[in-house]
Amino acid sequence: MKIAILLKQVPVKDATLKIDGNGTWIDESDLQFEINESDHFGLEEALRLKEKHGGEVVVVTMGPERVREAIKQALAKGADRAIYINDSEVSTPDPQVHARILAAALKDEGFDLILSGLQSDDYGYGQTGVLVAAELGMAHATLVMETDVQDGKIKVKRELESGWFQYVELPLPAVLTIQSGLNQIRYATIKGIMAAKRKEIREVSPTELGIDAAELQGGAFALEKVYVPQKTKETAVLEGDAKEIVSALVDKLKNEAKVL
Amino acid sequence: MAEGILVILEHNGEKVSRLSLEAVTAAQKMGAELGQPVFAAVFGKDTSALAAQMGDKKLDKLYTIDDPALENYTPDGYLTAGSALISSVSPAWVLFGHSYQVRDFAPLLAARSGSTMLTDCISYRNEGGKLVFTRQMFGGKFNADYSFNGDGPYFVSFQAGSFNSDELESGSVTAEAFSADFSSAEIRTTVLDIFQGVKQEVDLSAAEIIVSAGRGLKEKDNLELVQQLADALGGEVAASRPVCDDGWLPVDRQIGSSGQTVAPKLYLAVGISGAIQHVVGMKGAKYIVAINKDPHAPIFEIADVAVVADLFEVVPELTKAVQEVRG
Ligand SMILES: Cc1cc2nc3c(=O)[nH]c(=O)nc-3n(C[C@H](O)[C@H](O)[C@H](O)COP(=O)(O)OP(=O)(O)OC[C@H]3O[C@@H](n4cnc5c(N)ncnc54)[C@H](O)[C@@H]3O)c2cc1C
Ligand SMILES: Nc1ncnc2c1ncn2[C@@H]1O[C@H](COP(=O)(O)O)[C@@H](O)[C@H]1O
Repeated sequence: MKIAILLKQVPVKDATLKIDGNGTWIDESDLQFEINESDHFGLEEALRLKEKHGGEVVVVTMGPERVREAIKQALAKGADRAIYINDSEVSTPDPQVHARILAAALKDEGFDLILSGLQSDDYGYGQTGVLVAAELGMAHATLVMETDVQDGKIKVKRELESGWFQYVELPLPAVLTIQSGLNQIRYATIKGIMAAKRKEIREVSPTELGIDAAELQGGAFALEKVYVPQKTKETAVLEGDAKEIVSALVDKLKNEAKVL
Repeated sequence: MAEGILVILEHNGEKVSRLSLEAVTAAQKMGAELGQPVFAAVFGKDTSALAAQMGDKKLDKLYTIDDPALENYTPDGYLTAGSALISSVSPAWVLFGHSYQVRDFAPLLAARSGSTMLTDCISYRNEGGKLVFTRQMFGGKFNADYSFNGDGPYFVSFQAGSFNSDELESGSVTAEAFSADFSSAEIRTTVLDIFQGVKQEVDLSAAEIIVSAGRGLKEKDNLELVQQLADALGGEVAASRPVCDDGWLPVDRQIGSSGQTVAPKLYLAVGISGAIQHVVGMKGAKYIVAINKDPHAPIFEIADVAVVADLFEVVPELTKAVQEVRG
């Protein structure tokens, strides 16, 4: 079974983010990055499916040079090889264009299954995986919580709203967008880290993949500005010494929240 | 010429969802500002009850597509129905509520129309005829303004609560049956079974005080800190999704869009960033205290008290102080 995992790198959850000089993205200097959360679960699911059914797991990542680190981590966990798309030519925030580039890298490989995360922790569009399915003409399922590959098809459990779930079946090849929490993520072993050094990372650019250069800067919409949201509520800020914070807080719990 | 604002409604067979009604509210406001008619559409096997529910809303058109192929929701079924309608009606805008179902099919529909959906918007503003949409990025740490290029149609989905369905304008509209050709449409997904997850053992909605644990606690053993504080306050322990995903606490203690919705007298969030999917489950709390070391954590935007500090220093101290007060 040939499986692709679309894997993105995003700032670590704990990072204190600053807006860049143009006010259209974050300042990436001095930032640490990690594998996008739901993609991490997707990678784990891909590795488990390979362990069960045999085959190959290929990591597909688009981004600047720094994303090679995320690729190496995925290879260390057991992915077999990677396709790295350098995005220096890409300036549009349009996920349709991103999906078209990813699809161009995927299309001639003959994957049985393409996994993506449900949602990226930076843009948070929640649609790139679905758009890749559209681009490749494959069936898809979103919010996947469980997978069961059968002969020529796959049965998946999907999360619905308000505590409901659904089982659906789709023909292979298919695209699944993975919801966080469907499995327990493994750690890379020392052996895995050593083995990763010999694994192939093939670098391509969007124009080499046949995408029109104009498209890479255009897209259906433009991101005009990134900014800190305005507070809508009056908030009392307590900081400094822990003892002082606690005494002020106890006071509020007594007199304002009236729970003590 | 593309004209009009079309809302594709979601339903459970009996009722149109509140999120869809919020999208209709957005469409009515946009329609009034841009001088454009407002349309709604509902797809299903038999949409008569749904059409009746929409009959007293202020809409210029209400389209229904009834077909056996639409009995269960599938992305292929909704894509076929939606794209047939869009090519015939040719709206300038297509709006949705940002639900799980919309995440599943609406991007396809936008792609089929040669466009891209701008997902999960929280508001829009009109800058001299040009609409600018705001959506959250980086887990709610920042907002971002977007505007569309080109001729459209422009696809937008709105986050739950961005518009108030109480402000929906009434009127009168008669449903117009539209037929889409399903003969050549392949429905590739087979829906096998829909079921409710594990029965909730704890009902947190009755709790007056909730102390909620986030990933900031770092490891399972540290949950003890939160448990002790909850015990001291006489409250319940709850958590964000990652804490339950990692098995530190059972899922029935999860708060948020895929967990429980609560409105206690006190909600004390410990090491929780405040992603929208968490916030929707607790923003109704009367008093919100958040402890987080990041002064820009989005949870502070809705907090009554923002404690900017290391939880490992503050929480044990607070437990002690509460124990003293309560004796
Ligand atoms: C479709 C969908 C549905 C979802 N449903 C839910 C849901 O129902 N409920 C839910 O909660 N989430 C849900 N999520 C996930 C949600 O988007 C967030 O990822 C999640 O809420 C983050 O959890 P967190 O705040 O605990 O972790 P993080 O975002 O990692 O935040 C941890 C916080 O702890 C702080 N911190 C770290 N160390 C310390 C310290 N020593 N002292 C003080 N503070 C510290 C950090 O500054 C950070 O703000 C859903 C996501 C999707 C896409
Ligand atoms: N640049 C990228 N490289 C690889 N995968 C991506 C990229 N952008 C998005 N994806 C995949 O698409 C998913 C959804 O992203 P988004 O639509 O931005 O929320 C992510 O979780 C990834 O799996």
